[in-house]
Amino acid sequence: MSWSINTVSKNLKRCCFAAPAVVLWICASVGAKAQEAALRAPSGAVAGAATSIGTSGSGSATLYLTGPATALKRDVQLGQDISLSPRDLHSAGRYLAIVCSPECSSVTFFVAPSKPSRLTFLVHPSRAPVGLNDVISGVAIPFDEFQNMVIAPSNIEFQLAAGGAAPTSRTVQTHDGVAWFRTNSGKTAGALQVIASWNDVSAKRVVQQVASDPCSLRIKGQPAAKGILVETEPVHDCSGNPVPDGTIVTFTAKNGNQTSFVDAPVKQDVARATLLVKGPVVVSAASGVAMGNELRLNGKE
Amino acid sequence: MKRTLPIVILLVVVTAVLLFVGLTGGRMSGPVGVASGAALPGFSASASTPEQALNNYLLDIQRRDWDRAFSGIERTSDTLNEPAFIQEWTGSNGGLRSFSNLERFDTRPLHATTSDADMRVRLHWTTPVGPVENVRDFHLTHRSDSWKVVWEEKPAPNVPAQIVPVNYLRWDLVSGSAGEDWGSRSVDAPKVRIVSMNAIDSAQGAIVMGEVVNEDTIPAFVNVNATLVDGRGSAIDDESSFDKILHVLLPKQVTPYRIDFPKVSLARVKNVRMDVKATLVPASSDPVIGVMNQKLETDAQGHPVLHGELLNESGQVVNIPHVIASFYDNNGKVVWVADGYVERALMPQATETFAVEVPQSLAGKVQNFHVVVNQYSLEKS
Repeated sequence: MSWSINTVSKNLKRCCFAAPAVVLWICASVGAKAQEAALRAPSGAVAGAATSIGTSGSGSATLYLTGPATALKRDVQLGQDISLSPRDLHSAGRYLAIVCSPECSSVTFFVAPSKPSRLTFLVHPSRAPVGLNDVISGVAIPFDEFQNMVIAPSNIEFQLAAGGAAPTSRTVQTHDGVAWFRTNSGKTAGALQVIASWNDVSAKRVVQQVASDPCSLRIKGQPAAKGILVETEPVHDCSGNPVPDGTIVTFTAKNGNQTSFVDAPVKQDVARATLLVKGPVVVSAASGVAMGNELRLNGKE
Repeated sequence: MKRTLPIVILLVVVTAVLLFVGLTGGRMSGPVGVASGAALPGFSASASTPEQALNNYLLDIQRRDWDRAFSGIERTSDTLNEPAFIQEWTGSNGGLRSFSNLERFDTRPLHATTSDADMRVRLHWTTPVGPVENVRDFHLTHRSDSWKVVWEEKPAPNVPAQIVPVNYLRWDLVSGSAGEDWGSRSVDAPKVRIVSMNAIDSAQGAIVMGEVVNEDTIPAFVNVNATLVDGRGSAIDDESSFDKILHVLLPKQVTPYRIDFPKVSLARVKNVRMDVKATLVPASSDPVIGVMNQKLETDAQGHPVLHGELLNESGQVVNIPHVIASFYDNNGKVVWVADGYVERALMPQATETFAVEVPQSLAGKVQNFHVVVNQYSLEKS
C-alpha cells in the first residue's frame, strides 16, 4: 500500500487531472495559496474500516474528501487526527482529502478492499457433452462485503464432483483478482458440481454433462395392424450413456420410388414409430451422425 | 316534374334491358375455353353447357348457398349427404379451410362429349397464411335438359371414438429465484448449426436456402436470417426465414429453411451473411407426424410434384399441418426448399394427403428429398 502527500500549490496540475470533477473548482480556487496545514495520509486503509488522516497546524478548517463513491465536506480541527468512519470508506480505490483553513493542503491515499466475503463464479457451459477436452471452464472473482473486487492474490480452490466419482480439486491463485480453470468433461452423463471456495466463502454451480452423439443404432421391426412398427434398441453414445429423451431418430422406409419418413423422439432410450407402408420395404434409421442397420420387412395391406 | 318522369322511365327501361342481357348473353361472351368466377350476385343462369353448370356451381359455393349448390350436383353415393358436402367445402376441426374463402376460380375444359365433360378448375382461396391455389378436376354429366357436376369426392373418414395412450415428452423452463447470485441462473442457449446453404436466382428474386440442425440435447426455437451484401460491403437486403422453417427443433432434428429476397438479383450479391438464432423454449415432442408414401411425380398439368401422406401418430388434432420439403441433388446439396399448407385438419391416427411443387428447371437435378411437418394446433395457440 502506498500513499503520498501533495501540496496543492506545487501539484496543481496533477491534482486537477487526478481528482474527480466535484473537487476541481476547489483546486482551482485555492491553487495559489501557500501551504500551512500538513496532512498525513492513513497507511493501510481498508474498505469498511475506520482510519484517520493526521494534520498539523491549528485552528478550524474544512475537510473535503472524495473517493470512488464518496464526497463529503466536514469541519475539522487542525492539529488533531481527522477520523474517517467505516461508512466513509466503503469503496476501495483512490481518495483525495483537501483541508482548507483557508489555505488548502491535500493528500491522496488508497483504500484497499477488505477480505473476500463473496465469490462471483461463472461456469461455462451449462451443458457439456461427455468426453470432450477442455470443454468446461470456470472463472472466480472474489469480492469483499462492499462489492469491491479483491485484487490482492488469493488462493481459490476449485472442486469438481460428478456423481459416483471421487471429487477432484485444484487451487488457483488469483491474478489481478481473477482465478480460472479449464477442464475436460467426464465420461459419464449427469450433474457435475463445481465449487469455488476461499476459506469459508464458496459458490456452487452445476454443469449438466450430457450424452454425446448417438454412437450406433440398431433397429428392429415387425408388421403391425397397419404398416410396420419399427423401434431402436436402446440408443447410447460412444461412452455408453443413453442419449437424452427427445433425441430425434429418423426412420426411413423405401419401397421402389416411394419413401416414408418418421422423425420419432427417443423415449426412455428407445425410439419407435409406425410406418404406414405396404409390401416389401427397406427400413433404415439415422440420428445425428449415426446410421442404423437396414431391415427388410413386409408391410401389411 | 314533367321533365323528370321521362328520365325515370328511361332509367327503368335501361336497367331492365341490362339485366336481361346480363342474365342471358353475358356468359357467352368470355374467351372460349376459360371461364372466370364473376357473375351478377344472386342470379345463376340455367346450365345449358358444362362451363355454365360448373360456373353456377362454383358461384353457389363462393356465395355459400349450400342448398342450391347441393341440389345442382349428381351424387354417386348416398353416403354423401348435404352436411358432408358442406363440410367438404367449409372445412372442419379448425383446419385451414375453415378460415378460408373462395376468392375466385378459373375453369378450363379438358374433354367434352354430348353427355359427359371434364373440367379443370383453379381455385383461388384467401387464407390466414396467404393466398392458396389448388387445382381440381370436375366431371360433369348431361341429365335431361341440363348439365350437372358429378360429386365423386369421398367423404372424410370418420375417426372412431378411441383412447390413444399418450406418453410424450415435454420440456419446461424453470427460472431461478431472483435472489440468486449472478452467474448461477444462466442456462446456455441451445447449440444449433447451419449445415448447408445455397443461394440461387429465381424469377421472383434471390433465394437462400439450406438446413439447420439442433446439435444440443434440449429443444430450440430457431430462426435464420440472411443479409445480402454487395461488392462494396453494403447490405442490399436482409430477410428472415419467417414460416419457411420448422421453428421448434428437438435434439438432433434437422429443418430446411428458405429465405426469399423478392426483386433482388443474385448478380448484385457478393456475399451472404447468415445468422441463426436459437432460444430455449418450452416444447413438446407430441404430436409425432409421419410422412408416408412420398413420391416425386408429374401432376396432371405436367408439373413435377412431391406428394405423399401425413400420418398423425398421436391423439392430438393437428389443425393446420404445414409441410416443408428440402430437395437434394446427387451430391447431397440442397437445391430447392418448398412448402405448402394442408387445408384439412389432421385427425388423430388418420392420414391426409399433401403435395409440394418443384420447379421444372430443378426437377431433373433432384435425387432425394426430406420432409418435415410444422403443426399448428388451436389448443396450443
